[in-house]
Formats: sequence, structure tokens, C-alpha cells
Amino acid sequence: MADFLQQVVSGLASGGIYGSLALALVLIHRATGIINFAQGEMATFSTYIAWTLTTNHGWSYWPAFLFTLAVSFGGGVGVYQVVIRPNERGSVLRVVIVTIGLLILVNGLVQLIWSGEVRAVESPFPSGTFTVGEVAIAYQDVGTIAVSLGVVVLLWLFFQFTKIGLAMRAAAVNPAEARLVGVRVTWMLALGWGLAAVLGAVAGMLAAPSVFLDPTMMQAILIYAFAAAVLGGIDSPVGAVVGGLFLGVLLNVLSWLSQYGLFDWFTEELRLPTALAIILGVLLVRPAGIFGRQAVRKV
Amino acid sequence: MTALLELHEVRARYGPVEALHGITLEVPDGEIVAVLGANGAGKTTTLRAVSGTVRRSGEIRLAGKPLRGGPEAAARAGIAHVPEGRGTFTELSVVENLKLGAYTRRDRNLRADVERVAEWFPWIHDRSDQQAGTLSGGEQQMLALARALMARPRLLMLDEPSLGLAPMVVREIFRIVRELNAQEGLTVLVVEQDARIALDTASSAYVLEVGRVALAGASAELRADEAVRRSYLGY
Repeated sequence: MADFLQQVVSGLASGGIYGSLALALVLIHRATGIINFAQGEMATFSTYIAWTLTTNHGWSYWPAFLFTLAVSFGGGVGVYQVVIRPNERGSVLRVVIVTIGLLILVNGLVQLIWSGEVRAVESPFPSGTFTVGEVAIAYQDVGTIAVSLGVVVLLWLFFQFTKIGLAMRAAAVNPAEARLVGVRVTWMLALGWGLAAVLGAVAGMLAAPSVFLDPTMMQAILIYAFAAAVLGGIDSPVGAVVGGLFLGVLLNVLSWLSQYGLFDWFTEELRLPTALAIILGVLLVRPAGIFGRQAVRKV
Repeated sequence: MTALLELHEVRARYGPVEALHGITLEVPDGEIVAVLGANGAGKTTTLRAVSGTVRRSGEIRLAGKPLRGGPEAAARAGIAHVPEGRGTFTELSVVENLKLGAYTRRDRNLRADVERVAEWFPWIHDRSDQQAGTLSGGEQQMLALARALMARPRLLMLDEPSLGLAPMVVREIFRIVRELNAQEGLTVLVVEQDARIALDTASSAYVLEVGRVALAGASAELRADEAVRRSYLGY
């Protein structure tokens, strides 16, 4: 039982990372109807910035973390203004292609600046474990859960209790109406891209110590994040986070069970295909996800 | 009598189609003015031209100052536009809708403002956390009106407030508009299909036909006009 709970805790830690990136996808999809395929690569870029600051410039971890969030925010706003906004009025396919192009561009930039070499990243959390009852829990896992969920809660408070947060929600659900009450909708969308980039950066920096930093680091995590977002409902922020946590735990529990002969076909190589199967399954059976509402289109 | 809102030779177009072919009208400060006309006459477009949600040309002035830019600028200039079909944020709560109404104001005191608006719509108190989309049609129209009042607008523009509502609810809404005008001196430009209630409420009115002003005058005059009676009042 103890090792089961251990698996759950470490599943929640990776789930927090998937959930953060999934939330970034959901924020942008809610506001602009766009799926940002470059979200993962943007996060990788952010993570490299943090790595450079700590490794090459002697910054300590948390100042580098915060500075990276600020840079990422600016980067997200910039990407929206320069790349997305001019293409926004085009077809969905056009914007999809633009974000895929952005994925390739950012990936290329990362390789150009930092080379493709795999880097070890130090963790801000102690490496040991502590025990609760029988269960050994890694500081790393607890720290990851705390930071990812902490950021989610902060974001929630921002959206619920600030004037700009409310304006952003209004701009997302009804842009025409929002403009009539004086909300500058394009600013709000830019802000949304900035916040999404911040969430991505959090996910990237939290993931880096365990998956190692290289230019493809976030590609698998993006698939997990897609699965989490689709599972929760692509327009539901709560769903994205819950979906992420659920997925993280599910994958760990499956490998735990496989040790005991249940689901013994499940190997490490099947983690990613499982996420893809979830995406397909949810889209087939319940496209609105668990927390989403069925889209009703008036004709 | 000074005009708060002046439109001079205003044209507006949707893509290649011109919907307004040069409208000239005035809304005097502190009065209620109605815009009447059949479907497609350009009533809604007239309001959209004022709030900048449609491509327009010609001259529009609010208190003598030319209005430029999109709806954000119009809102900042003091125009509250309640569009056709309620115009609430259905996914947000009642109180969030009200807060958004005061978005452009710097001097806002949300609690006091909500109190003030709730004097007109007392049910708001009990329903403040309810999602706007779950309100009845009449309540949504009243919420849209309440939200507009939160801006303390210089000019309130109402687009078809009667649309799809029961006659009793329509009378209630127009009663509130009249009282707001009488007690607070609120200036109102209202577009309405129901010419009877519009003429009972407004001091003057414009009748539009295919994007042009066909007739204008004091409400009493228009009510007496043979053509208006036959076409819009139906007796």
C-alpha cells in the first residue's frame, strides 16, 4: 500500500505539471478559440532562460524563476501581438498552421542559442524524502505540487477578484459586449497569451529537474497537457487542472498495477500512447470533456 | 435646448452594403428620443454607428465633441449601449455584470453604485451571485439596463428593449426608463419596434425608412400623423 501512495504522490507532481500546461492551452482556447501548438516550445525556451541565469550567470534559483516568469509574460504578449494578431481573422486552419510554424521556429531558436545538448537542471527542492506513516514522499514531488497548484490558485484569485481578471473573462466569453462596456479586448487577449506563457514556464521549470533539459523536453508533456485539457473539457480551467492531476496519477497507477500482473502489458513506452488514446477516446465519446459544456450552436 | 448627441449625414455600411444613407438627428440633453421604423430600416445600425460597432462616416458629436474610434472609446465618452437581445454576459454572475458596467469609471464605488442601481431593480440583491444566463428574459433585459446605469452614462442607448418580452415586462421596463429620465435627468435614445409604447415614452421621435429619416417630430405630432398611425400604430 505504501508504494501505491508513493506512486499517487509522484503522479500528482507530474499531474501538476501537465495541469499547468493544460491550463495555458485552455486560457488561450477560451479567449481566442485557438489551440497554441507552440505552447510547449515556448515553455522550453523559458526553461532555458532560467537554466542560463542559474548556470552561467550565478543567479540563485528563485530569483531566476521569477525573472523567467516576467520574461515569459513579455514573450507571450509579444507572440500574440506580432504573430497571432495579424492572422487572427483568418480561418482556423491558418492560425493552426501559424502556431505549428511557431513551434518549429521556437524549437529552432532554442537549438541555435543553446545547442541540442541535454542539460541537467538543479532542483530548488531538497533531494531526500520524508515519511508520513509508511509512505516515503519526495520533497521534489511535494515542492512541484505546491508550486504548480500555488500558481493555479493565484491565477484563479486574479480572475475572480480583480478588475482586470473580470475584464479578461468578459472579453473571453463575449468580446463584442465587452467592448461596449469599454474593455479593450485585444489588450486582454494579449494579457491572456502572457499569462499562458507564464503557466508554460512554470511547467517547464518544474519538469526540467526530472526529465532533463533539451530542446524536445516539452513535446511529450504537451501531449499529456492536451490529453488533460481534452479530458477536463477544452474550455474548462478547472477541468484542465483536474484532468492533469488525474492523468498523472492514472499513468503512475497503471505502471504500479503492471508490477502486480494487472495491466501487465503497460510499460513505460505506453505512457504517451495512453495519453493519445485518452484524447481520441474523449473526443469520440464525450467531446466536451468531463467539466465542459456541450457546445450548442444556434443555426 | 442643447443637443447632447448630434448625427449629421451619418452613413454606415456592412461590407459592401450601405445600411444608412445619411442620417441626421439630434438627442437633446435630458430627453428621451425614439427611433422607429420597420425591420431593416436602419434603427439598430444607427445605434451601432454611434457606438462605433459598424463602419461609419459623417459627423457624430457628443456634447459638441466629435466621437471617434470604436466602442471602447464610445464607452469612455459616456455612452452606454444596451444592444438588441439583452446584452448581458450570460456566463458571468449578476454582480459581475454590474461591475463590468462600471468598468470605465475611475470614481467608482462599487458597493454604493450597486445599491443605487438596485433601488430600481430590488431583485438584484437576492440574485447577485446567480449566473446571468439563468435569469428570465425580462430579468436579463433589466440586468442589461442596470449594467448600463452602473456606468453613470451621459447617454443611454437602448436597442429594442421589448424584444421577445411579455407586455407587462415591457411596460415595467419603459416605466423605469421614464422615471430615470424624470428623476435623474438621464438622456435616452431608444430604438423600438413597438411604436405605441415608444411614442408614449419619448418626447420626440424619428421614423426611419430604408436607411433614411422619413419623418421626425414631437411624439404627439407623430401620433397624430395619418401615415405613422397606419404604418406603425396599426389603427
